[in-house]
Amino acid sequence: MSETSNAAEIRHVPFRGGGFAPSPRRWVGFAVFVVLIALAEIGTQTGFITPLTLPKPSDVLKTFGELYSSGLLWKHLSVSLSRLVVGAALGASAGIAVGVMIGLFSYVRAGLLPLVAALFPIPKIALLPLFVIWFGIDEGSKYALIAFGTFTPTVVATYGAVDNVDRNLIRMGQSFNLSWMSIVRKIVLPGAMPGILSGLRISLAIAIILLVAAEMLGAEYGIGAYILEAGSLYDLERLFVGVAILSILGVTLSACIGMIERRLLRWRV
Amino acid sequence: MDIRLSAVSHHYDQTEVLRDISLEIPSGKIVCIVGPSGCGKSTLLRLIGGLEQPSAGEILQIGSPPADCLNPLTYIFQDFALLPWRTVRGNISLVLEDHGIHGQAAGDIINDVLARTKLSDFADALPKQLSGGMKQRVAIARALAVNPAVMLMDEPLSALDSQTRELLMDDLVNLWSRTPFTAVYVTHNLAEAVRLGHSIMVMSRRPGEIREIVHLDTPLHQRGLGDAEMEEKQKYLWHLMREEARAADAELVHV
Repeated sequence: MSETSNAAEIRHVPFRGGGFAPSPRRWVGFAVFVVLIALAEIGTQTGFITPLTLPKPSDVLKTFGELYSSGLLWKHLSVSLSRLVVGAALGASAGIAVGVMIGLFSYVRAGLLPLVAALFPIPKIALLPLFVIWFGIDEGSKYALIAFGTFTPTVVATYGAVDNVDRNLIRMGQSFNLSWMSIVRKIVLPGAMPGILSGLRISLAIAIILLVAAEMLGAEYGIGAYILEAGSLYDLERLFVGVAILSILGVTLSACIGMIERRLLRWRV
Repeated sequence: MDIRLSAVSHHYDQTEVLRDISLEIPSGKIVCIVGPSGCGKSTLLRLIGGLEQPSAGEILQIGSPPADCLNPLTYIFQDFALLPWRTVRGNISLVLEDHGIHGQAAGDIINDVLARTKLSDFADALPKQLSGGMKQRVAIARALAVNPAVMLMDEPLSALDSQTRELLMDDLVNLWSRTPFTAVYVTHNLAEAVRLGHSIMVMSRRPGEIREIVHLDTPLHQRGLGDAEMEEKQKYLWHLMREEARAADAELVHV
């Protein structure tokens, strides 16, 4: 090859290594919400979107304000939250316990895995009438529905997480003669924590869905009852207020788990 | 406390891994086990420490471990096996907690072993903040904390780069020179074997049998990097292993 043709071909090596590495962009998610709501507001104000299709976001906000000032917001929210907390706590703690047992004991795994696989795909909402018969039309059936709905995904996430705990760490524990309890408490549970927490994110979202379903039967107060009432009257403003409250609830719960993760999983690389 | 292996054989299902291994591990000496990959040397180490049971033969402890020994047979693993959610101090206290050693007593032991492994400044660091060499020093400190009668080291330096390996070998020699410990040291690295072993057991490829046991009389602290006598021994070991290693490399893996 001649010198001149080499000289003619000098250029930068093209960069090919970009992308595939998501990094946090704090305000983008917020901006998406703002833009969507602004578009809806402009559309409804100009009449491009008819009031029957979508209520004005400003009207929804006004309705929310009325709900707040009448004191009913807190009344609905408090009963809903207590149902959510009791039901999800029951379901998640039972789910974590059973999941850990499935992860640790061969007989429990052989016995319960098929049962969990059979329970998982059942739409829990379909069982609401059954729960009403079993636990009464009061709070009992609502707790049971939410607990049952969070139980199965938590079990699946937990036993998967326990399976994924580094066996070498368990061998290490055994080689230092740690007791069985110590190995479970100090090695298996912390090692499974990342998987359990990401399972909880899914379980809690399901809990919110089931909360609304539970409140559609025999509930005077609660976000679900509020939405159902608004829906049957075709009061779209109130319907959207209810839906927005649920969304905010979901975002808040997800943020809470994010906070717990940051605290508990600081050790992760 | 000595360890004696008499006619130990082991197989997984149909695969014979170890055949008729008889070995004495005398107190206060380091026995190195070298062999081609897949010859069952790590399996042998797991058998010695009771993490697996041999299919045939016996593994005996002769004499009782010292009274202050918390865990007579203590491993040091290739992958360090540190709990990533515990600090350096927490990882060491883990193995003391189950013996009811807490608070001041635990603190004294931890400070002592951290000083011996030159880690005193890193007591509150998490494993993810440490280099590979430091992680293995934490694992060594953890092993020292339980005052083992026999240390079982499974390729402890194999995950480290060669400079760190050299430094850690010096550390091990210094630790041994100060207070001689008994150790079984499994490695595929012949330089490590001639540097640290009082005797070196060379194994054949699978099923692992003893090819030869080579004794080295030079005191550990006199063995330096590039020492002529060590070179000679290392060459001899390689001569023993070469054909085995080549044949082992050409085998299909049975999993």
